[in-house]
Amino acid sequence: MLGVALKGLARRKVRASLTAISIVLGVSMISGTYILTDTINAGFHTIFTGSYQNADVVITGKAAFDSANGTSVEPPTMPQSLLTEVQKLPDVALAAGSVTTSSLKLIGKDGKVISTGGAPALGFSVTPRGQQFNPTKLTTGSWPSGPGQIVIDKATASGKGFHVGDRIGAQAFGPAREFAITGIAELPNVSVGGATFAIFDQPTAQQLFHKVGALDAIRVQSKAGIDTSALLSQIKPLLSDTQVVRSGTEQAKKDEQQAGGFIQIIRYALLAFAGIALFVGAFVIANTLSITIAQRMREFATLRTLGASRRQVMWSVVIEAFVIGVLGSLVGLFLGLVLAKVLNALFVAFGIDLPHGSTVFATRTIVVSLLVGTVVTVLASVRPARRATRVPPIAAVREGSVLPPSRFAKYSTVTALVVLALGIVAVCIGTLAGGMATGPRLLLIGVGVLLLFFGVSMNAPKIVRPLASVIGKPAQAIGGAPGLLARDNATRNPARTASTASALMIGLALVTFVAIFGAGLRGSFEGAVNKLFIADYAITATNTFTPIEAQAGQSLPGKPGVSDVTAIRAGSARYLGENSDITGVQPNLNDGVAMDWTQGDNGVPGRLGDDGFFASKKYVEDHQLRLGSPIALEFPSGKKVSVRLKGVWKEPQGGSPFANVSISTELLDKYVPRPQDLMVLINMPGGVSDANTATLKRDVKNFADAKVQTRDEFKSNFEAPINKLLNLLYALLALSVIVSLVGIINTLVLTVFERTRELGMLRAVGMTRRQVRMMIRYESIATALMGAALGMAVGLFLGALVTHALKSSGIAFAIPWTQLFFFVLASIVVGILAAVIPARRAAGLNVLQALQYE
Amino acid sequence: MEAAVVPAVDVAERAPAAVVAAQDITRRYGEGDTAVDALRGVSLEVQREKLTAVMGPSGSGKSTLMHILAALDRPTSGSVWVAGTKLGQLSDNEITKLRREHIGFVFQFFNLLPMLTAEENVVLPLTIAGEKPEREWREQLLKTMGLDQRRTHRPAELSGGQQQRVAIARALVSKPTVVFADEPTGNLDSKTGGEILELLRNSVDSYGQTTVMVTHDPYAAAIADRILFLGDGVIVRDMPGADAKDVIAAMDELSQA
Repeated sequence: MLGVALKGLARRKVRASLTAISIVLGVSMISGTYILTDTINAGFHTIFTGSYQNADVVITGKAAFDSANGTSVEPPTMPQSLLTEVQKLPDVALAAGSVTTSSLKLIGKDGKVISTGGAPALGFSVTPRGQQFNPTKLTTGSWPSGPGQIVIDKATASGKGFHVGDRIGAQAFGPAREFAITGIAELPNVSVGGATFAIFDQPTAQQLFHKVGALDAIRVQSKAGIDTSALLSQIKPLLSDTQVVRSGTEQAKKDEQQAGGFIQIIRYALLAFAGIALFVGAFVIANTLSITIAQRMREFATLRTLGASRRQVMWSVVIEAFVIGVLGSLVGLFLGLVLAKVLNALFVAFGIDLPHGSTVFATRTIVVSLLVGTVVTVLASVRPARRATRVPPIAAVREGSVLPPSRFAKYSTVTALVVLALGIVAVCIGTLAGGMATGPRLLLIGVGVLLLFFGVSMNAPKIVRPLASVIGKPAQAIGGAPGLLARDNATRNPARTASTASALMIGLALVTFVAIFGAGLRGSFEGAVNKLFIADYAITATNTFTPIEAQAGQSLPGKPGVSDVTAIRAGSARYLGENSDITGVQPNLNDGVAMDWTQGDNGVPGRLGDDGFFASKKYVEDHQLRLGSPIALEFPSGKKVSVRLKGVWKEPQGGSPFANVSISTELLDKYVPRPQDLMVLINMPGGVSDANTATLKRDVKNFADAKVQTRDEFKSNFEAPINKLLNLLYALLALSVIVSLVGIINTLVLTVFERTRELGMLRAVGMTRRQVRMMIRYESIATALMGAALGMAVGLFLGALVTHALKSSGIAFAIPWTQLFFFVLASIVVGILAAVIPARRAAGLNVLQALQYE
Repeated sequence: MEAAVVPAVDVAERAPAAVVAAQDITRRYGEGDTAVDALRGVSLEVQREKLTAVMGPSGSGKSTLMHILAALDRPTSGSVWVAGTKLGQLSDNEITKLRREHIGFVFQFFNLLPMLTAEENVVLPLTIAGEKPEREWREQLLKTMGLDQRRTHRPAELSGGQQQRVAIARALVSKPTVVFADEPTGNLDSKTGGEILELLRNSVDSYGQTTVMVTHDPYAAAIADRILFLGDGVIVRDMPGADAKDVIAAMDELSQA
């Protein structure tokens, strides 16, 4: 019986492949996600282990706390004298110090900062003594050995056309300086992604990074035969409590962990999209199998007359699905290798360019991909397989038998309504109910959305006819007889059409939801930005979001034509039990930002002094603070200071650049070395004008990373990440739309096959090939539009609920008409594309053969 | 003229002795005004190791009768026995078992599985039952049916007659108690049809294979040992084997009656 099932599968290659394709894409997304993230992790691993090669132990500065909201905090430096002490230890064979920075920007030949797209712009030092700790290798030239010398990374050199002997600008915490390139280096076996690196000799690096007389790390090699733990215990007494010593491997592991958290988030996000694609795939598989089973009724009936039991019939379908699942998953697994590259390209396009080592194809990737793909396919086959058991043996001798309804058929209407209702209730409770923990809430919403999709799909057959009569009107008007026939064909088997359309519904529901949510988010954000920023100009880093060295802003006051300058500094601190961001403001803050004070006035920023802070109304209420309430701030250096609440303001619902706590820049600068600004806001007499823009650009010419933006440019740049994120989500959801497109192709190909004789008859009575193609195309478009209608309805419902739940964050519900219009267009395109192959098949039928019996 | 109806008495007691027996079966399709009575009280016994033909014009109920005798359909009332087992209350699994052991089918449209070779199609009932075909028996069947050279061909590569030979071999392979043939020549030209009839006749003579054949073709009925004529859902005549001329005469007589 197994053999019969497998041989049947081998004979129906086209149908089997059509079924398999829908699982291939979802599995390739799983496999691609794992391959990509593993490869990135391997890249980080290579980089970090390389960083501590040959170092038995590593001494670094210890930040008072690890990170503020996931952004890493630069640990304090240690005095160079520590190195001398370590070198004197009896068991130390070699010790070398280094300084590093992640904001060393290289300047391209066009005078602009070479963009790293959010990746670090690394700078570090080498010493002749420390060469064996150096993770990079020279590809040409020599190591830097003087104040004007630099070695740059190979990718930057070849990408931007720099050679040994050329001059290149570099900038860390002051104006840009020119260096002569003495060599080109690379990290062996790994791509650093978007990151750049530059290497200097130690005194030059210390000066450039504003770390004169200080070190970030000391790498130590022990004498032969000395235990690492012995070395550790010798070094420990030398250290203060802002310094820490670890073994080289431990240090590498710690660095890796920080990067790993971010990769983990990317991995789960991508796997979620793989899950959506697989869910859609399951719909398509169930539908395709159902259709093939209806077409193979005679075969199943014959098997029954020859003595096959219901069980055997069911297993033959399940086995078939199992084999399709395994084969589809295998193809998907390897397609993942390609998809990993596509995903990476997608991320690079959206500004996330991460390092990667050689491609990692882990056993886990293989096991998970094959397992998930196969299990999903088999699960999707259960219902069709049970249908197959209902084929009566007498169908072997009767033409046009129909499946008897299932035992539960009489409950189907009720069940469908109950599932739909449960879904709606779960989603409503999940989004609207108060006082629920995030975990159960998300679970409830997730289950609710699944039930909602099932419920809509189960109820859809009932609205296929009314929907078709609406959607079919234009087709009839344009297409005449083929249009009319197409409409009737679409409603001939409402369950089949509904099920095909449901696959597309899922993708479109999510896309619609993203559109609504995105519009709400953008609206809220726009509102806040419009309200807050009143300055004529803003200066930020080239990418708008990383902080820029404070000197750029500090150089402006007093320049001709500049009337007001106010900077917002960024820093990290620990307060009220949390590691957080902190912002620093200047007394004239209200020149650039319209603050809505609820306690205090525009004089607050000026009164902050050495011991004041202000906070938002919400934060103050949440933490039960009152004017004069003291809080303790602890900075990464370990230093502490107490500040009192001197003002409260109402933060717009869309957020603001301010951290929970804002203090004066004076105070912040005392505790944060190398201060950086989030933004510098500037007013000029006459406001925004071409002349003023030119003046300002000239003023900050020395700061290669400084970008001068008018108020409008600044606002739109600020919103750019939201748009990028939305586009990324659309791109990832496109995968599930493609899967549902495959579903429409499947249904149509199978339908054309089923209607062979009918098509032959139509051709025989005078329908042209073109009309046949048109008829199939209209049917396809009608199905796609039904999916779109259902999907957009579900998406609008979900969008309305979620925006309602987030009303307090200023996210308003609005129907995104433009997007919806494009989604309808896209669905029509999906319908047209899906019809290409089936229409060609239908039009290519040989009339005579089609009319022949059997 | 002989009695038109087989006596319906005592069938229940003698049932185990008969290969297939029916008592007073009726079959009604649909309900209310549109209801159609396909069978209106049929009783019969199928004789062991004989070929019984069931004849009648379209709509006479002959197909329905065969479907009920072969456990493909259930009667509205009345009882059916196959190999001594009363079908009435059997579960689906029990009927499946009964089919495996006692029933073989030959269909008008062959109903071969297109993905299997001729030989695989022939042994399919045994494969389904999880049994191994007896080598000698299989070879003998393939040879008798003239499929020796065609065993690796798939149905699409065989002519209609060859396909029906495969179907007959398939019906015989499990040595069933009874073979039901549903218009076995209905989809074949007369020459090929003749060959097929010869094979069916031969299987009765050589192997003692009890066979029930439904046909509307008098030349097909002429190979039978016994011919039952159906009209309007009842047996109107039970006739011993006769040549085609007599069968045609009987048909004419009945249509005029």
